[in-house]
Amino acid sequence: MQQWLDDLIAGTAWLQALPTGLVYTIGILVACKLILLFSSLLAGEVVWLERRVSGRMQARIGPNRVGPQGLLQFLADGVKLLSKEDVIPATADRPVFVLAPILVYLGAFAAFCVIPFGYGLVAADMNVGLFLVLAITSIEVVGVIMAGWASNSKWAVLGAMREVAQMISYELPLGLSALAIALLAGTLNLTDIALQQEGWLWNWYVFRGPFAFAAFFLFFTAALASLKRAPFDLPEAESELVAGFHTEYTGFRFAIFFLAEYSAMILFSMLAAVLFLGGWSPGFPVDLTGPAARWIGFGILFAKTAFLLFVMIWVRWSLPRFRIDKVMYLCYKVLLPLSVVCVLGLSLQVLLGEVLWGDQSAFGRWLMGLGVHGGIR
Amino acid sequence: MSALALAAVGPAALPIPDLTPHLPGIVFGGLAGVSVLGAIGAATAPRIVHAAFCLLAALFGVAGLYFLLGADFVALGQVIVYVGGILVLLVFGVLLTGRTQVVLGQEGPRRPTGAILAGAAVFLGLLLAIGGTRWPAQPRPADPTPTTAPIGRAFLDPDQFLVPFEVASVLLLAALVGAAYLARRRREP
Repeated sequence: MQQWLDDLIAGTAWLQALPTGLVYTIGILVACKLILLFSSLLAGEVVWLERRVSGRMQARIGPNRVGPQGLLQFLADGVKLLSKEDVIPATADRPVFVLAPILVYLGAFAAFCVIPFGYGLVAADMNVGLFLVLAITSIEVVGVIMAGWASNSKWAVLGAMREVAQMISYELPLGLSALAIALLAGTLNLTDIALQQEGWLWNWYVFRGPFAFAAFFLFFTAALASLKRAPFDLPEAESELVAGFHTEYTGFRFAIFFLAEYSAMILFSMLAAVLFLGGWSPGFPVDLTGPAARWIGFGILFAKTAFLLFVMIWVRWSLPRFRIDKVMYLCYKVLLPLSVVCVLGLSLQVLLGEVLWGDQSAFGRWLMGLGVHGGIR
Repeated sequence: MSALALAAVGPAALPIPDLTPHLPGIVFGGLAGVSVLGAIGAATAPRIVHAAFCLLAALFGVAGLYFLLGADFVALGQVIVYVGGILVLLVFGVLLTGRTQVVLGQEGPRRPTGAILAGAAVFLGLLLAIGGTRWPAQPRPADPTPTTAPIGRAFLDPDQFLVPFEVASVLLLAALVGAAYLARRRREP
């Protein structure tokens, strides 16, 4: 972004008169605001999508009154939540209670600053982008445990405990399956990872061998669990815990939790699209790095994100909820060993491929081709 | 003021002081303030859970300082390990042991001599370490080059950190096996 700001300053006379530090600061604030707008408005629309899709799956209509097809429903809901009474329980721990939703939202939203929306359309093109996303989203856990504890309610504490146990556990398969892609890419910079997948469809990291293919599904499952989406929605299981850690929250504070959940869904869908599904690559060789073409790239990435979001909603309304011990079993005895196997397999693939064929993905593609061939026969 | 109006008046009419060279100092001050205040809060908060949450501010401030120094990998490691892991386990432990309502500072310490001696020893050690370090007088601009690759190479270089790295990993593995052993389901005789 610094390059972009420098160009802007060099081309605009009245900006040169201002102190450079001030322009940078304002530029950073504007970028933050844009990302905030993007994530919160889109989160509103994902809520609408969720309600419409679930309606469709349950043979009813869903919200279709406010705006075309009900697209503006989230604005009406927002106004409703804003105008509700803001209740803080008398026995709650006030400062912690107020701080908790802010931390949860921070964890969901701050990581957007390293996500490349298209070539060059990134707020902070960091060398450790992938690591930053995993680190920032772990802040959400602290917010949730604060909310659960400060509410001074059984349901909230139970929900927060489940949430913490679940999120800390699923960070392991999530991180390991992302590490598998870092092994292939040789970098943690998300723009570089996306650029390496340009060209034909088989350049996407999902299609670089059986281990990378498995890593995508491991990543997506672990992401579902750390987003506390059904079938892993135990922290807020409404039939057991009322609403889990946000039972005592009302009005706009509740809305912030809600927005954070959907923002995090968008974040992980975008991350999965960038890591595994080729980023802004449409699946055939085309240069999308030009100043106008990068917006087409943004559209393509957005379509992939929307598809993954739809899959998340689809899964939620198709599968029943797990039991908490089954959730832990799945993490430590199924997903974790599988993701370790993925990392080992991919290291072997990179090593063998580079030694024998001079191409790190050659061995993996050969294995995958063998599998597809066997499948067709 | 709109852009057009600004362009018409010209730069001379703008009474904006140029703080650009002081920007790193301002950011440093903010971050250092957050970490010091957080640390003070963690040491003096009357309720143990509040102390843990104050620690959050201190850890964040230190992570920000690492960022300011261009050590982005270390900063994120600080966030993921301390904020996402250790702090959460700390709060979790407090919640599970049911001592959330305990007010600290009410009960006197039973054996003050040992505690004072241990505290003094730690303080002395820190003092010696701080005094023995040469602090570069000039603040250096943050280095934007990637730090992950050099860190990785240093970890796998036998001349640098290979042995400590492997020893630490064996230690952690032993801790993991021990935890699994303690938590396993015992068969009824």
